[in-house]
Amino acid sequence: MLDVKKVTKIFNHRTVNEKVALHNVSLKLEKGEFVTLIGGNGSGKSTLLNCIAGVYPVDKGSIIIDGKDVTNLNEYKRAVVLGRVFQDPVMGTAANMWIEENMALALRRGQRRGLSWGITNKEREHYKELLKTLGLGLENRLSTKVGMLSGGQRQALTLLMATIKKPKLLLLDEHAAALDPKTAQKVLRLSDRIIKENNLTTLMVTHNMRDAIRHGDRLIMMYEGQIVLEISGKEKQKLTVEDLLVRFGAVSGEEFAEDSTLLS
Amino acid sequence: MLQILMGALSLGLLWAIITIGVYITYRILAIADLTVEGSIVMGAAIAAFTITRGFNPFFAIFLAFLGGLGAGLITGLLHTRLKIPSLLAGILTMIALYSINLRIMGRANISLLRVDTAYTVFENLGMNHMSAVVVLGVIFVGGLTGILYWFFGTEIGCAIRATGDNPQMARAQGINTNTTIILGLMISNGLVATGGALIAQSQSFADVQMGIGSIVIGLASVIIGEVLFGKRNFYVRLLSLAMGAVTYRVIIAIVLRLGMPANDLKLFTAITVAVALSLPVFRSYLVPLKKSFKRGE
Repeated sequence: MLDVKKVTKIFNHRTVNEKVALHNVSLKLEKGEFVTLIGGNGSGKSTLLNCIAGVYPVDKGSIIIDGKDVTNLNEYKRAVVLGRVFQDPVMGTAANMWIEENMALALRRGQRRGLSWGITNKEREHYKELLKTLGLGLENRLSTKVGMLSGGQRQALTLLMATIKKPKLLLLDEHAAALDPKTAQKVLRLSDRIIKENNLTTLMVTHNMRDAIRHGDRLIMMYEGQIVLEISGKEKQKLTVEDLLVRFGAVSGEEFAEDSTLLS
Repeated sequence: MLQILMGALSLGLLWAIITIGVYITYRILAIADLTVEGSIVMGAAIAAFTITRGFNPFFAIFLAFLGGLGAGLITGLLHTRLKIPSLLAGILTMIALYSINLRIMGRANISLLRVDTAYTVFENLGMNHMSAVVVLGVIFVGGLTGILYWFFGTEIGCAIRATGDNPQMARAQGINTNTTIILGLMISNGLVATGGALIAQSQSFADVQMGIGSIVIGLASVIIGEVLFGKRNFYVRLLSLAMGAVTYRVIIAIVLRLGMPANDLKLFTAITVAVALSLPVFRSYLVPLKKSFKRGE
């Protein structure tokens, strides 16, 4: 479903601040596969996700989604096949628009937008049904501005919006990192359920080792712009945070230097 | 006094059209678009040029609208395709329009005293000039409010609103934000030019300088409307724009009446807008102060 072929991304090319964010990264996701991507700050995990989403153009290599080469497609054109949830809960929704208006925008992803009504009564019922599954009471607040919602509520809504059109690929960019631990677990459980119910191909970036182990079918670790570790199947099921730290030390030659990944 | 209020009402209604245009860029797209200063004159220039050559005044207004669309398109292309910051893109178009407007008119001003204007139709029905302006102003503002209320509820209208609210989110939902920004700027400047055409006909002349300060007047009207008439929903907001524009004119009429020299008007307007825009800052100072008073510190 996703095929990243030898992608290289260099920021500030040919300047003193040159930074190779991705170095010859290749990654394949089969249909229906749920992969967690972990790494410290500056490992390139978010850059990889943004390159797949089309936020940054790549310097070398190609990106193929569902058999289609999207390497040179704009961000908004790729959005047709992608669902995205961002780290910052503010990023994924339009704060001054209503809940139903936000969902209507998502429902029209990939369609030509014309002069027919931006939202219809029939849709509203559909949105209510969907919102009910969140169990947050949002189904009775269709005409509430999204800006009035809490971070967790906004992430849950963004998740619904990202999956409302059954994307070919779901990209989750540390989407629980900005939430308090309890809400974060709720949002992650919700993600798990939606992914399973719709059999969505998913790439989830996280810097939390426990989350990376607990979720998904395969775990990938990045370090200095390269994929250094891949664990899947039975091996992943038995994996512990301690194992992961040891194996990270073995491949990188240093300690996994981020307290937050251990504490949370 | 009634005469003064009537004058403020008629002028305010025409400026309401410009205020709606400014609202579309400033509030919906979150861009301060200075093209306005040029496109208002462009509308006046096109209307004056065509009317003095015997065109139907309403057709002249339509041509002015098209000219405004063009001005917005240029600013939009400069901003989205050439990546020039929106403020600068607007300034560039504004300056370019100064020369273009002079070319359209052929001189610095054109008189419309001895020709039929859009208001003549109503004057022939027995109204005086000011009533005719009010009637036509109400028709235009009412019609545009209705059309825009519909438009910003359509798919494309929602896409424009989402672009101004959160461009990152808009792109993630498959919206081409370059297109929506250009479209918003075009509609805005189209309306502003329409307003310019109507103002020129009501004051019986078009002048190449008449746009100076118009963006500030537009902003002042938007803010006055918001403060006095609220922003509960989109319909109320659109109506508040017209009310804001009229209120602004009434305020100006009153301060002039109280003896403020007309030359100080722009200074007065600028200070008003600066104070209104900085209200949130003052409030953030005042609220903790009030609280500490209550606690008796």
